[in-house]
Amino acid sequence: MDWSALQVSLSLGLGTIAVLLPFGIWLGRLLAVREFRGKLLVEALVTVPLVLPPTVLGFYLLVTFGARSPLGEAFTAFAGQSLAFSFQGLLLASAIANIPFVVQPIQRGFEAIPSDVREAAACCGLTPWQRFWQIELPLAWPGILTAAILAFAHTLGEFGVVLMVGGSIPGETRTLSVAIYDRMQAFDDRGAGIMAAALLAIAITALILTTALSRRAVPRRG
Amino acid sequence: MVYDALVTCLATVGFRLLAAATDGYRVVLSRAELDAGDRHPMRPLLWRNFRWLVTLLLLVVSAIGVEAQRPPIVAAASDLQFALDSVARRFTADTGERVELVFGSSGTLTRQVVEGAPFELFLSADESYVEKLSAAGLTRDSGVLYAVGRIVIFAPRGSPLAVDDQLAGLGRLLSSGGVKRFAIANPEHAPYGRAAEAALRARNLWQPLQPALVLGENISQAAQFAVAGDAAGGILAYSLVLAPALRDRGTFALLPESLHPPLRQRMVLLKRAGATTERFYQYLRQPAARETLRQFGFAVPPQ
Repeated sequence: MDWSALQVSLSLGLGTIAVLLPFGIWLGRLLAVREFRGKLLVEALVTVPLVLPPTVLGFYLLVTFGARSPLGEAFTAFAGQSLAFSFQGLLLASAIANIPFVVQPIQRGFEAIPSDVREAAACCGLTPWQRFWQIELPLAWPGILTAAILAFAHTLGEFGVVLMVGGSIPGETRTLSVAIYDRMQAFDDRGAGIMAAALLAIAITALILTTALSRRAVPRRG
Repeated sequence: MVYDALVTCLATVGFRLLAAATDGYRVVLSRAELDAGDRHPMRPLLWRNFRWLVTLLLLVVSAIGVEAQRPPIVAAASDLQFALDSVARRFTADTGERVELVFGSSGTLTRQVVEGAPFELFLSADESYVEKLSAAGLTRDSGVLYAVGRIVIFAPRGSPLAVDDQLAGLGRLLSSGGVKRFAIANPEHAPYGRAAEAALRARNLWQPLQPALVLGENISQAAQFAVAGDAAGGILAYSLVLAPALRDRGTFALLPESLHPPLRQRMVLLKRAGATTERFYQYLRQPAARETLRQFGFAVPPQ
């Protein structure tokens, strides 16, 4: 078992949630409650990473942030390391790849709140901020939780992008899924098997957790 | 570094903000609980879930901000998968220092160096890649020749392929239609794939073999393909089939050097190489490391 790979994978999964959840809640709520021009376009753009081959995403990230691109050079001068082949680069790639997995469940969560609940809260004199924290967020919670767990599970399984912009650097960009690939090439079937089993277990746990938590989070009548 | 400081600052600020936000939230909730009694069982539950998530996220944010001290990274062509692993292990035993090894095709690794991968030493399976990097100013110098590689034709156990150094068995099996799959490394970016292509062309087998070819991303993956599934065999690195992991999985025949341009393997220190990597570079040129390379079938050039 490659513990540093497990650590990279878990950090990447949780980091993706940390980066994406605030953005997802903002955009998901916006798409759920507002009508605006270009909404269809935004919704389409949000879905693009779902159908985009990971290698396409990897290609564009390398072109944009590789050591030879202007943006990459600027980042390297600023950070002392390139964004490609670093954990931060992986995090960026993973955040982009996971946008649909986060925004869509959250949007459904906010859409499920009847508009009269929102209006009633406004009539009670709650400020928009209070309405958001005390009424909408609790009611949209199942969607947010689903988004977080989906993003986490999907990040753990990400392979194509990681291989292209990550380069399998131990403790930095070698995630569990890439480590399995590496172990197979080293003819270490046992090592690959253990890690594959670990990923399988994490995936199943994540799904059980989503189901259980979203069930519990449904408001009880009483 | 500026960047580290910034990350730490951001993490701290994020910490404070989140703590403040959730704290306020908790206060509001508890007042709501007081007012509502048990009639809103969902809110405390929400807080429980939220607290759990926030704790996890904060842990990650703080973990990301911390830069761990890691051993230097050595990028090496996949034909060195077993040989270099053995040398690196002995290096650690002798000196107490560690290097991390990353394997891939020489072409892929070269591309990664160009794009800024944090490697300190690059052991290529051929000279041209090192020359390219050197010309681009990404290396310390022009490096040294550390080994000359050889290729073999390999047949996994149970394969109908008879191996011989002139590829006659492959030709016979091919004309009888018995070759379903045959593995080589991708000639586009793997030197061992190019050597395999040259050898097959030299025996006029390249064209007839086309429908059966499976291309490994690097020579290790080609070896994986050669032993797996219904492959009749493949053209692999001598250094891989001599390793315990592959030795007992089939038969092989060493191909004569006349069949392909020599695999002159060059290594070079990259710009960011540190003291440990320099010592490893020197260690690779010592008699013990050279002997290990020899055991894995490499011809080791005189110093």
